[in-house]
Amino acid sequence: MKYRIWIPVLYTCFLLLMIGCDTVVPEAPAEKDLLDGPIPGLTHEEQDQFLKGDIAFNDDVFTPQTGLGPTFVATSCGSCHPGDGKGHPSTSLIRFGQTEPNSPINAPGAPQLQNRAIPGYQPEKLPEGVPSMKMTPPAVTGLGLLAALTDQQILENTDPNDEDGDGISGVPNYVTPPDYFIPEDHYQPENGKYIGRFGKKASAVNLLHQTATAYNQDIGVTSTFEPLDVYSGLTTDPEVSDQVVRDVVFYLKTLKAPIQRKPQNPLVLKGKGIFTTIQCSSCHTPQWTTPETDITALSNKTFYPYTDLLLHDMGPELDDGATEGSAETYEWRTPPLWGLGLSPDSQGGKYFLMHDGRAESIEEAILMHGGEAQNSRDQFQLLSPEEKEALIMFLESL
Amino acid sequence: MKKIILLFLILFSTINANAQVDSTLFKDTPRDTLAEDTMNMDAVYERPFFQAGTSPVSVGGYIEADYQYIGEDGITEGHTFRVPRFTLFVGSTIHPKVKFLSEIEFEEGGNEIAIEFAALDINFFPMLNFRGGIIMNPIGAFNQNHDGPKWEFVDRPIAMTEMLPATWSNVGFGLYGKRYVNDWAFGYEVYLTNGFDNSIIANGENKTFLPAAKENFERFEESNNGQPLITGKLAVKNQNIGEIGLSYMGGVYNTFEDDGLILDEERRLDVFAIDFNTSLEKTSTYITGEWAWVMVDVPETYGQQFGDRQQGGFVDIVQPVFRQPLAGFENAVLNLAVRLEYVDWNVGTFRETGANISDDLWAIVPGVSFRPSAQTVLRLNYRYMQQQDILGNPAAKIAGIQIGISSYF
Repeated sequence: MKYRIWIPVLYTCFLLLMIGCDTVVPEAPAEKDLLDGPIPGLTHEEQDQFLKGDIAFNDDVFTPQTGLGPTFVATSCGSCHPGDGKGHPSTSLIRFGQTEPNSPINAPGAPQLQNRAIPGYQPEKLPEGVPSMKMTPPAVTGLGLLAALTDQQILENTDPNDEDGDGISGVPNYVTPPDYFIPEDHYQPENGKYIGRFGKKASAVNLLHQTATAYNQDIGVTSTFEPLDVYSGLTTDPEVSDQVVRDVVFYLKTLKAPIQRKPQNPLVLKGKGIFTTIQCSSCHTPQWTTPETDITALSNKTFYPYTDLLLHDMGPELDDGATEGSAETYEWRTPPLWGLGLSPDSQGGKYFLMHDGRAESIEEAILMHGGEAQNSRDQFQLLSPEEKEALIMFLESL
Repeated sequence: MKKIILLFLILFSTINANAQVDSTLFKDTPRDTLAEDTMNMDAVYERPFFQAGTSPVSVGGYIEADYQYIGEDGITEGHTFRVPRFTLFVGSTIHPKVKFLSEIEFEEGGNEIAIEFAALDINFFPMLNFRGGIIMNPIGAFNQNHDGPKWEFVDRPIAMTEMLPATWSNVGFGLYGKRYVNDWAFGYEVYLTNGFDNSIIANGENKTFLPAAKENFERFEESNNGQPLITGKLAVKNQNIGEIGLSYMGGVYNTFEDDGLILDEERRLDVFAIDFNTSLEKTSTYITGEWAWVMVDVPETYGQQFGDRQQGGFVDIVQPVFRQPLAGFENAVLNLAVRLEYVDWNVGTFRETGANISDDLWAIVPGVSFRPSAQTVLRLNYRYMQQQDILGNPAAKIAGIQIGISSYF
């Protein structure tokens, strides 16, 4: 009978202990370990729109009844960008149809392959013999800061003829904007085309372009911006409202930038120095400052994305044979490195890096750099193991 | 809708009739929920009812109310009070061998009303009974044995309510029977009913989700594909050992043709479940559990987040530690309890990487329950749960306190 006394006492103590300590509600992960969350300084009205965009981006799942497909790549925005981070090879998408810069897109079903279909339909198949490029979904954090930069700021880093002789010649991708694109004062068009900033080849002019296209090409959902159904090619009633699209654009604009971890760690600081020494920073431009913008919280902010938003020749190993806009088949936009160390938290505990996720570690990704990055890659290979470790630790801290 | 109105008329006419008589004439027929002479298949009738005088109509029901303070990764909705369900039973013995029983559930404050059970039973022999109407498909044990007052936990088992769709009921007919031999009891059930629909793989949950089919109330009017869903169960009980049940539910779930036009190939849903319960004589420990496997023919081109296999279950361990009169309650019982549960929404590996598809959760729920009588339970639970997304990214941690009360009336 004694157990009847001490068992309940022990059990009740155990329960009270659990209830009494911090585990009643699990603690939030540290802010620096998360990619989601708004930039500081939003007004209440802006926070409200951020929340609406957050729900539309992360929680809204499309079904055949709400417009999914009939052919599609994913069922929601959050499927491809878990926690607003990089995506996984299972949600990669394929672009095809343009094999020469500035040439027409003429393959049936191009520019994007909808490789999934709702029941009763067949997914799109890649036409035979057409070059294609696979793209893993990028992280979507800090995009508003990049969007706020002026074209002039981006153009200041171009060097198409490599006049400084450093072997690096970034160029913008000039793309034809969609009809609904309304240029702001700081845009500098060239022959009716505008600088693309978003996407693996910088094919999207702004976040509205990126978002409306993604709804249409990724989910098979039409809007007033992109009214053509990807399967039939016909105009359909909008399946997502203008307001929802704009809420998602606002959400993407106001997602905070990744926060660097351990910035003062001696190894991280040493790695940062090596990053500059071996000229990684020539393309992965560390620092930018925004001008005045329509969102106060984004105005006059200095931030550290580690990208120049320009296209660079990455060598034959990364030449997929397909292209977008004025980009060559071997050119890729410098991806931002911020948040790199948090990639495994959204990629199932592993790294899937480079544009198509083919690199499974940071070192592997560095060694895949060719073309204009060949010199930096060679210098990386000459580093001592300790220096390599410091460099990678720095990259993981971003 | 007509059925709902009809049932309400029956219910309210019964209440009005009862209101005119002395309440002492009501016959309370309480049941001990752990009665040894019953099996899970008896659950629908093993409930306390009130019967007025010689009226053939019996009325009963139960209510659940709870408070919870639950958070996920540092974010909480705060203090929440709910009445998750209020259920009414109306039964009638039309003839000694013909019975009618119904169960109407009001959820979310009446925002959702569902007829969970409304069936006529005709008893020919103990081993041969006919049941028709809205029946609860006997998949696993929880689906038929779901009444709140029976359980020591505020939440229902996730695997049984979100993977299996308890409470899952549908229109159909079937047979059941039971036979006793000494300490042994054997029971069977087999039914043909309307089935599921495309929503199990086309829903806002972004995963294969059988409960999505519960939203389709047209299933009470017609089958979406003309194919019956077969549900069958075999159960064996030994008074000294316990009860074990094996059940199966399966059929074509999708609308594969309409007006004679072929829209898709026929796609099947198959579910297997095993359930058990026992009471350890020496310590009076009560153990009950259930595990189920779900197999769904998902189109290969439909995206890997919709899994073609799921599995999950739970086990409850309940230990009475105090059983004696208390504050006027003659059979008050204090229990310590713990529930362990697990669900894998998507069994399999990614085609691209060969890595495991996660999308799973596990939970541990320790608790204390107090039963002033067998029909009423007060419970304090602490829920700790971890849930991973499809890619296996760091798990969301969910935890909090739940306090609830539930009672038959």
